[in-house]
Amino acid sequence: MNLLKSIVMGAATALFAVAAHAEDMKMSVTTSFANSGLADVLLPEIKADTGINVQLLIVGTGQALKLGAAGDVDAVLVHSRPAEEKWLTAGNGTHRREIMYNDFIFVGPSDDPAKAGAAEKATGALQAIEAAKAPFVSRGDDSGTHKMEKRLWTAAGIAPEGDWYRAVGQGMGAALNTASGMNAYIMSDRASWLKFANKGDLKLVFEGDPILFNQYAYMPVNPEKHPHVKHDLAEKLEAWLVSDKAKALINGYTLNGETLFTFNAKTE
Amino acid sequence: MSDFFGGIAQAARLILTLDPDLAEITLLSLRVSLMATLIASLIGLPLGAWLAINRFPARRTVIALLNGLMGLPPVVVGLFVYVLLSRSGPLGVLGLLFTPTAMVIAQVIIITPIIASIAHQAIRELWADYHDLLISLGATRRQRLITLIVDGQRPMLTASLAGFGRGIGEVGAIMIVGGNIDHATRVLTTAISLETGKGDFEMALALGLILITLAISVNLVLHTLNRTERGSRW
Repeated sequence: MNLLKSIVMGAATALFAVAAHAEDMKMSVTTSFANSGLADVLLPEIKADTGINVQLLIVGTGQALKLGAAGDVDAVLVHSRPAEEKWLTAGNGTHRREIMYNDFIFVGPSDDPAKAGAAEKATGALQAIEAAKAPFVSRGDDSGTHKMEKRLWTAAGIAPEGDWYRAVGQGMGAALNTASGMNAYIMSDRASWLKFANKGDLKLVFEGDPILFNQYAYMPVNPEKHPHVKHDLAEKLEAWLVSDKAKALINGYTLNGETLFTFNAKTE
Repeated sequence: MSDFFGGIAQAARLILTLDPDLAEITLLSLRVSLMATLIASLIGLPLGAWLAINRFPARRTVIALLNGLMGLPPVVVGLFVYVLLSRSGPLGVLGLLFTPTAMVIAQVIIITPIIASIAHQAIRELWADYHDLLISLGATRRQRLITLIVDGQRPMLTASLAGFGRGIGEVGAIMIVGGNIDHATRVLTTAISLETGKGDFEMALALGLILITLAISVNLVLHTLNRTERGSRW
């Protein structure tokens, strides 16, 4: 009986999932948000509380902002403040609301040949990697993580280039796969690293510098620029994202016993 | 190798438990690629046949163009369809981006040249055999075309299946125009790409095995329905 039921249910979902779109809204988010697993926790709760079925487009920050600017999504949730502010100044969104943060870490070969783990600061870890010419994988895809990495190299006074610096131009997961295959150093957000299943010989080598703080912000797409966007749903979603319920879910989400995100939205 | 055997075990588990998410993405994969194959066949098969039996000045150029388009990079087609269907693009008002319809459109563009080229090649050979007979019987152009299409059923089926094979295994274009949205536009290939990104090779391989099985099954079913390799009709 159960078997039959699951066949019928499966077929029914498949046939009707696309047809029912009364309260669908689209949001472009960064890979780290979705890959961390937090999305799987929040989305069903959002649907239950607000009736909004949030459809996620999981891309890098660069592409996420581009989709918002083109009006192809109703809101964006990304993490790269300079790019966000530029996007807002161009009239693409109504406002920027900080929701939560997580942090970046450096991952590298378990024997840490460049001794990056011994550094005091994140910039020091990068200088150690550059000095040792140890292989380093960069996202190279204009994502929030990539932008952060570039800012750190600049802060460390280094223009990374040479054989040891490999820009793969791909998402966090693909870049981690590359680093794992080459046994190279890489900067990752903590969530993606913890969820990553193909660690190989890699381990976390550096963490904890406040400069590695990674703020997520929510921005509804400007309905004056794109009249078709579902701005009312975007506002409803924002109200939920800054609610006490969201706070409890975000702060309470752990992976292998580690808290990944810290809620820091201010009530207006 | 452990990932590989884990993948097989995972595939078996997903199929035996009739995982509803798996059923959903598998059905969407089938729906999108079968629809694209149907549309592309309706355009490509007659086009291929027509090119085989008609002579006109630009014929060589058209055929060369068609053969060249067989190698269209899916990611470029995806980007092209994205730019067309984006809200900021010329067809943006239709609101088709990130829907299965957009995925069908992209696949039709990718597989129509394949179907047309293979059909053209097959019908051209058939036409060489039938040419004198059909002319001596005084068949009209229309009658010639119909005869060739009816007798060329099997090579036509092969052409369509080649298109279907390209479509069901394609990821570059549908990732861009579909967006890989869970419960809306996620199909087998984009799910495989997602699982690979998470480093979950077992799940990615399991989905890959299911995709290959599905592609082979569709081929078997269609060949059986068309009674190829059976008795006198081989």
